[in-house]
Amino acid sequence: MKNWMKGTLLASGLALGFAGAASASELTIVSWGGAYTKSQVKAYHEPYTAMTGTKIKSEDYSGGLAEVKAQVEAGNVSWDLVDVELSDAIRGCDEGILETIDHSILPAAPDGTPASEDFIEGTLHECAVGLIVWSTVYAYDTTKFSGDQPSTIGDFFDTAKFPGKRGLRKGPKPNLEFALIADGVAAADVYDVLATPEGVDRAFAKLDTIKDSAIWWEAGAQPPQMLADGEVVMSTAYNGRIFNAVATENKPFEIVWDGQVWDLDLWVIPKGAPNKDEAMKFAAFSSDTQRLADQASWISYGPVRKSSTALIGKHAEAGIDMAPHMPTAPENFGNALQNDFEFWADHQDELNERFNAWLAQ
Amino acid sequence: MSSLPPYASPLEIVWHYAFRVFCGAVLVFLIMPILVMIPLSFNAEPYFTYNSDMVALKPEAYSTRWYVDIFKNGMADPHQDFGFSFIADSWNNAQWIHSMKNSFIIGIFATIISTFLGTLAALGLTRAHMPYRKLITAILISPMIVPIIISAAGMFFFYSDIGLSQTFPGIILAHAALGTPFVVITVTATLSGFDNNLVRASASLGATPQRTFFKVIVPLIAPGVISGGLFAFITSFDEVVAVIFLTEFEQRTIPRQMWSGLREQISPTILAVATILVAISVLLLITLEVLRRRSERLRGMSPG
Amino acid sequence: MSDAVAGKDGDFSIADGQNLKQRLRKATSRARWQAVFMVAPLGVFVLLTFILPIAQMLFRSVDDPVVSDALPQTVVALESWTDRSELPEEAVYAALAADLKFLRAGGADGEGKSLIGRLATRLNFDTSGVRSTITKTARKVKKIEAPFKEAFIKADKKWGQPDIWASIDRLGGAVNSTQFLAALDLRQDVNGDIVSQPEVRQIYVTLWLRTLWISLLVTVICVALAYPVSYLLATLPLRISNLLIICVLLPFWTSLLVRTTSWIVVLGQNGVLLEALHLIGLVGEGADRPQLIYNMTGTIVAMTHILLPFMVLPLYSVMKGISPSYMRAARSLGANPTLAFVRVYLPQTVPGLGAGCILVFILAIGYYITPALVGGQDGQLISNFIAYHMQRSLNWGLAAALGTMLLAGVMALYWLYDKIVGINNMKLG
Repeated sequence: MKNWMKGTLLASGLALGFAGAASASELTIVSWGGAYTKSQVKAYHEPYTAMTGTKIKSEDYSGGLAEVKAQVEAGNVSWDLVDVELSDAIRGCDEGILETIDHSILPAAPDGTPASEDFIEGTLHECAVGLIVWSTVYAYDTTKFSGDQPSTIGDFFDTAKFPGKRGLRKGPKPNLEFALIADGVAAADVYDVLATPEGVDRAFAKLDTIKDSAIWWEAGAQPPQMLADGEVVMSTAYNGRIFNAVATENKPFEIVWDGQVWDLDLWVIPKGAPNKDEAMKFAAFSSDTQRLADQASWISYGPVRKSSTALIGKHAEAGIDMAPHMPTAPENFGNALQNDFEFWADHQDELNERFNAWLAQ
Repeated sequence: MSSLPPYASPLEIVWHYAFRVFCGAVLVFLIMPILVMIPLSFNAEPYFTYNSDMVALKPEAYSTRWYVDIFKNGMADPHQDFGFSFIADSWNNAQWIHSMKNSFIIGIFATIISTFLGTLAALGLTRAHMPYRKLITAILISPMIVPIIISAAGMFFFYSDIGLSQTFPGIILAHAALGTPFVVITVTATLSGFDNNLVRASASLGATPQRTFFKVIVPLIAPGVISGGLFAFITSFDEVVAVIFLTEFEQRTIPRQMWSGLREQISPTILAVATILVAISVLLLITLEVLRRRSERLRGMSPG
Repeated sequence: MSDAVAGKDGDFSIADGQNLKQRLRKATSRARWQAVFMVAPLGVFVLLTFILPIAQMLFRSVDDPVVSDALPQTVVALESWTDRSELPEEAVYAALAADLKFLRAGGADGEGKSLIGRLATRLNFDTSGVRSTITKTARKVKKIEAPFKEAFIKADKKWGQPDIWASIDRLGGAVNSTQFLAALDLRQDVNGDIVSQPEVRQIYVTLWLRTLWISLLVTVICVALAYPVSYLLATLPLRISNLLIICVLLPFWTSLLVRTTSWIVVLGQNGVLLEALHLIGLVGEGADRPQLIYNMTGTIVAMTHILLPFMVLPLYSVMKGISPSYMRAARSLGANPTLAFVRVYLPQTVPGLGAGCILVFILAIGYYITPALVGGQDGQLISNFIAYHMQRSLNWGLAAALGTMLLAGVMALYWLYDKIVGINNMKLG
């Protein structure tokens, strides 16, 4: 029955003349959109197309494994390479929806150091190749506050001292971490506290204090836009997005690094990707020393190769020195927390559900 | 109450004007948001508010840059001078142009399918001897009633199973299914006023059934078929949920592009696109009105 | 008819001997088949491209084979687990070890590892926090030896609590109703009794009520706005009303997304409305401004705007057919305006009112796009959560259960619509 139907429907499709045949030298690469995708297009895609002639289709998504899993389980994969967070890379690998990546295809550093030693520890995984270190911070519009300016994560939750709407990512991660740090938990203890029911209650209770002032965002491009439109006075955001709004559009935004939660972005290949081999080649090409350093000249995210760090220069358009704007710069890294992928892989469903229930109440 | 009778009491006079003010306010509520948006699409600044220069109608406060952006956004080389290669680049690479092409391709093919199948079905449904008419009509109209999220979710699984999701045929079939109820309804409505004596007269004058169909039936139901087709087209042209579930970048349509734009950043370009869509709606509205008048005239001519 | 003769049973037949009744029956049957053949292509088309996909999707609400596929021996062994206050016996642990070892080795089709992933996901939706229990245990299962009970509890202490076992037992049936319970904030506890979800996880009852409430509210607002306007349009001279009805038809024909966009422009913090009110000094700057969009207010305003034409148009077409002389007669017979309206005019508009209300309510209850764009946190409806479970949490069974319930409600209203208005009388534009 199914085959018969498939035949008929496909035939009618062919008759219409739109059967989309994917040609061999094409890649669909999915990333987070906006300034971040632009940095990848400039540093990875364009040189790769120039070198190999492979046409690259760039798609945007807003994170999570959902689409990848939907494609793999429904048996119709159209994405070749996806830029994901670490917890999703681990979880996807566990669930068998990602291809394993042979690390021997990754090029060595210019001085001959093999890739396995050149990548910072923890940035190469069975199914994933690391690209950058990024971080979630909060930023505010400097024109909105006369006198004292927000300077700690606690100020984000202080609506009495700094009135106005706040933008937050629509999801528990990393709002719960922010809430606990703002509530006085040391960065190092956040996940231990969050693993207990009381800790979760405490985090939600802290979020309750700003719930009425919260506007929720889903895509990384939204926070700078919401700040620019005056929809919010401060917002959590990916640091690179805010940097770009300041560097290239001269927006009056200021990043507060206190309590930043940093994470990795990695390439993964969905199981059964239509152009798997080409995707592997691209993953190797784009994560070489020069490409990662080039990307850092478009957006303030730190490369995961040790050999790239020395090559970071100025912003390609604004001419700003990039090094001090990286999440890992010493002056920014004081009270930083690494996103705990194991914690999130375990508690994602429960906390998502609870977050949704909390939001709907 | 259209005009106030001379014997109206003061209370009635107050009520009369209050009523009109209320109705006026409702009509303003309906039309205002659409009208307010149009001048803002010509804003020279990337904001969504009227600044003092715009209110003062200064020409420098207005610009067509967002309309130009529709053609430029996504081009390989947006800075080149206008010329043949600019047009070719825009036609092949600009994102909005890409979506616009897709919207028309999908809309037109879906409309052809749903108009053909819907008209045929309506002709059958209005036959006197159609069995289970009510039940079958209810089933055929269901795509209009079932919440779109349920339809789209169902189609997502099924079309993935048979390899049609993320293809043009898949989304065309989906939109055709969503558009057929409109054709069935409008053509049935036209046929319900149809005088069957005309067919009998034609037959008694010696016309073959085919000739009767093309010379008598078709001209009479044509306005209904065309307005049904327009409904089907606008349904596809405006549809976004099935597109979200069933397509990828390659088949992205205008509403899909607007959807991502609205969820990420509302650029004034979206307002420019929206203004163009309003213009298209106005054209459709005029076409439908002309068709309705034509249909009424034809009906008026037929006896009974 | 001259050559027709009466047969002995009283039927008429013609000269060639055929029974007239039979011929009529034949002709009728031919006409019937002709009609059926004309409707059939669309019928088959709608069935294949629309009804079948939905039916298949709805089946997912009860079709839940992951646990029984992944742990066949465990599920069978668990049948003997009757005393729910105790842990299952050693044989059950042994069966679990055998199942997991088999899956780690590749399972029946070489996809055993990904089946473990799906098993972990499925169980985690039911009992939160057991994902890692499954994946961790599966990774170590090679080293797990008898006595299995102790070995499992050592591998992860959750194996020493009845919850995870009750969860496996509940989902062990390839067809089960857990998703429908979940869609009503209910669950089965360890003993199999149906109880409420913990308060912090309750969401769907609120959502169902909110969806009904917003749909009802929007319907009522639409009536309140549409009734006077339709009356005015129906009673004004045609020349003027044709002009005014453009205000109704233009929004009706304008893209949903365009109209939602325009409300974002109008109602935003720096939007047209608040800026205008600021100019005349009614609202202040920044934090003092009321939030008009990205909340329930935004959803209600935009939905009312989008659905209002669906109320105006049927009311208008009914009111146009009501002769003004009825009202004049009522007045001249001494009724005051209110009484004349309530007793004479209103009853005549009930068909249009019913049609408009049900149509608006049906459309409102399944609304997705507008709440998603302008609904913020408290303006989301049930459709938005179906989409959420379809696209983000990937709990497709729950999405299907929510969808089935929504569809059942809409079908009931559709039936009501048919009773009151008749589907054949549905008109557009």
